[in-house]
Amino acid sequence: MMDFENQGFEESQLHASRGEMESLALDDDDNNNNSGNDNNPSSRSNGVANGDGSLHHHPLSSSLPFAEIPTTDDDDPLLSSSSPQQNPNSFNSLLEPPSYADAVFRSFDGDHGKQINGHGHGAVSTSSPSPSTDYFKISVTDPQKEQDLNNSLVPGGNTFVTYLITTWTNLPEFNGTEFSVRRRFRDVVTLSDRLSESYRGYFIPLRPDKSVVESQVMQKQDFVEQRRMGLEKYLRKLAAHPVIRRSEELRVFLQVQGKLPLIKTTDVASRMLDGAVKLPKQLFGESVVAEAVDPNDVSQPAKGGRDLLRLFKELRQSVANDWGGTKPPVVEEDKEFLEKRKKMQDFEQELSNVSQQAESLVKAQQDMGETLGQLGLAFVKLTKFESEEANFNSQKVRAADMKNVATSAVKASRLYRELNVQTVRHLDKLHEYLGVILAVNNAYSDRSNALLTVQTLLSELANLNSRIEKLEAAASKIFGGDRSRVRKIEELKETMRVTDEAKNCAVREYERIKENNKNELERLDKERHDDFFGMLKGFVVNQAGYAEKMASVWETVASETSGYAATSS
Amino acid sequence: MITTQRSPTGGGGLQSPRSPSSQPPFLSISVTDPAKMGNGVQAYISYKVITKTNLPEYQGSEKIVIRRYTDFVWLRDRLFEKYKGIFIPPLPEKSTVEKFRFSAEFIEMRRQALDTFVNRIALHHELQQSEDLRTFLQADEQTMERARSQDTGIFKKKPSDLMSIFRGVQSKVTDVVLGKEKPVEESNPEYDKFKKYIFELEDHLAEAQKHAYRLVKRHRELGQSLADFGKAIKLLGACEGDALGTAFSELGAKSELLSIKLQREAHHLLMNFEEPLKDYVRAVQSIKGTIAERANAFRQQCELAETIKLKEIDLNKMRLIRSEKMLDAEHEYEELKVEGQEATRRFETIVKLMNEEIVRFQDQKTQDMGRAFHEFAKGQARLANAIADAWRSLLPKLDSLSVS
Repeated sequence: MMDFENQGFEESQLHASRGEMESLALDDDDNNNNSGNDNNPSSRSNGVANGDGSLHHHPLSSSLPFAEIPTTDDDDPLLSSSSPQQNPNSFNSLLEPPSYADAVFRSFDGDHGKQINGHGHGAVSTSSPSPSTDYFKISVTDPQKEQDLNNSLVPGGNTFVTYLITTWTNLPEFNGTEFSVRRRFRDVVTLSDRLSESYRGYFIPLRPDKSVVESQVMQKQDFVEQRRMGLEKYLRKLAAHPVIRRSEELRVFLQVQGKLPLIKTTDVASRMLDGAVKLPKQLFGESVVAEAVDPNDVSQPAKGGRDLLRLFKELRQSVANDWGGTKPPVVEEDKEFLEKRKKMQDFEQELSNVSQQAESLVKAQQDMGETLGQLGLAFVKLTKFESEEANFNSQKVRAADMKNVATSAVKASRLYRELNVQTVRHLDKLHEYLGVILAVNNAYSDRSNALLTVQTLLSELANLNSRIEKLEAAASKIFGGDRSRVRKIEELKETMRVTDEAKNCAVREYERIKENNKNELERLDKERHDDFFGMLKGFVVNQAGYAEKMASVWETVASETSGYAATSS
Repeated sequence: MITTQRSPTGGGGLQSPRSPSSQPPFLSISVTDPAKMGNGVQAYISYKVITKTNLPEYQGSEKIVIRRYTDFVWLRDRLFEKYKGIFIPPLPEKSTVEKFRFSAEFIEMRRQALDTFVNRIALHHELQQSEDLRTFLQADEQTMERARSQDTGIFKKKPSDLMSIFRGVQSKVTDVVLGKEKPVEESNPEYDKFKKYIFELEDHLAEAQKHAYRLVKRHRELGQSLADFGKAIKLLGACEGDALGTAFSELGAKSELLSIKLQREAHHLLMNFEEPLKDYVRAVQSIKGTIAERANAFRQQCELAETIKLKEIDLNKMRLIRSEKMLDAEHEYEELKVEGQEATRRFETIVKLMNEEIVRFQDQKTQDMGRAFHEFAKGQARLANAIADAWRSLLPKLDSLSVS
């Protein structure tokens, strides 16, 4: 998946041509109009070297006569000053076309800026409880290397990276409004696993990849930075989810100092190891377990590698289901679910396609900007050459014309690059939703698994029942009773009772997950509607705005060269 | 098609005392109707050359002939040979590969370039009087063939050979400029500056042209990606349905529409910006040819001067010893002197002509480039406005859909 992170993208662009651009002694008189703008080359490099993604010293903007000065956010009335935003949206002010002051254009991008910077604001989604008073912002910063003192076989060996995770919130669950902890990536994995277990059926945002291969290939710094950004995005998405943001797991992760007090997983076998629970033996064989078994354990999904026998049974069950074996009544309802799932698959496919084409579009825009810049540079060189020792007035005139075209081409080139940064920002939504769909698929899997558990138990019950009946029939034929058989029947009846309770638990769980699915789907539909409309508008407004700027640039040149207009076709 | 309206007061006008009409003399040529002829490897393109004129030197007021690329080359070579010192207008390249593909674009570009070529000749006060031009514009097929195969030194060779000779001349010129050969060259600092200017100019122009060509390609690529993006997003819209689906579809449609505009602009850019730049490069290369001719003429003059000097010494020797060969020697000497004067005259003509040509060249190029820049800017503005309009027009629809 292409990494659309703004900062990396922007940086590579700037590095490529910065050297060339700066060597231009472009005599932009218009620069004098931009008061308070530092035009020196050194300030330009500062702007780029800032690896934290902030672009307030946007070097390419400094000689644009058409853009407003990249001022602070105070100018933009729609960006509230309450939020301690890391990413100053200097783009917003840059987008204001001076002569085409378009309220829609300007205000729209203000909204979008909020949305990108703090999912925690619950900006666009109206399903969040109180959008104006709640805030929940998370930032991930300051990666540090630390030593793993416990597990290292080699002294001074095992190092890992921790990140400072700072939270600002006024949600009541948290004691306090601002706090920080240090966490490592492994903790995030734990958090993610625990959330998956606790919130089955919910569309839980996916955590960043472990990507071991990449960590070998990339430069350590880049990898750490990429991971930091990934973690930040992930945590912000969690904070944006109306249910998950209130989870205990998340709270603990964000607030509890020291070692993360969440155990890695709650699956059955590990709890067995803890001695907390007796293994539900009835799933293994004939004998009945006297002690009570928590039926809830049974309703948890069988984890691979541990609950082998249970898995085997459930697999047998799912095969039986497919082959038209005993079909419990629960299956019928699934038709609507199957439809919805199919629709999601189609959506995923088309979305993936669009995402790919969006990448191509971005590349094409990038290339266009680059070539325009190179063309401009070539003409600048030509201009210098012609003016250097111009013998004729016609040469001087030509040099002047050429310079005009050259500077305009360079301007247009910069506009294309800015346009592209914005385009990436907007179209990134497509990528995001591909991730969301993965979360949806997980939720649907939760549902299928729960259903399978139910069906397994039902079939188990049916099995037990038929055995009891057979035994009863056989026992009644013996005069005076069959003490061993009677005992057997009693045992089986007890097993059946326990299994029935387990089945009830499983059914409740299944229903719960179905309900979660339904609610989440509604939420997703609403959010998707808002998000995509936001994306479309943002994209369209950007394209229009930048096109207008470019038109303005070229119209000036066209009118200045109108004297040359061909007199004949 | 460029109409040449020649007013009697215009520079170097066509003065003809026998001009019957009171109309100002004009010579208007157009190269049109490219048609593919022949098959396979032998295939070539023929063009209709239409001449409209009221000049008495020409037979009749309108004449249409069929010409092919090699005929144009013939004309160029003849002019190059006969009008030394004048910057002969350049021809489009003889492409060996593209020819086989004969794309419509290639044919159109070539046609345009040939049209420009022949009209520039018609506009030039010296070149327009050329008999070869008249032959080219009027002769029937057989006469043209005969003329093409006529021997005059360099014309024994085929056009491809001419190119290699031309290149040889170029390298010779380079050697001369770089001072590699023995210094049989003018010591004229201003002229040296000019030569240096021309060589560097070619490099700069070639680079600009390269980027201009790339820009054309970028337009095409952006157009293609917009088309693909539009199509994909329409499919997504179909999958979504409802208001959002409609929004996607509308956006997709706009994207496809803009793709077409981009392709159109790419073509416009190619014809009206990249071609003029290429033409500029060719013109500079043609000037290099003239520079070579001047160097040749200078060398001839020097060599003859040397020979005359030696001959004079010989002659004086002979006079002293009263040799019977003296008369012959005197005869030869006189002949040589005449030749020497001829060579000097030729060289000086070239110098004079070149000085005029340089002024004309600079003026012409400022005009040509000015026009090219204008077209470039106009095209870009037009495209940008179209893009802005298309997207802006979508906004109200999006707004209404988002709340429905």
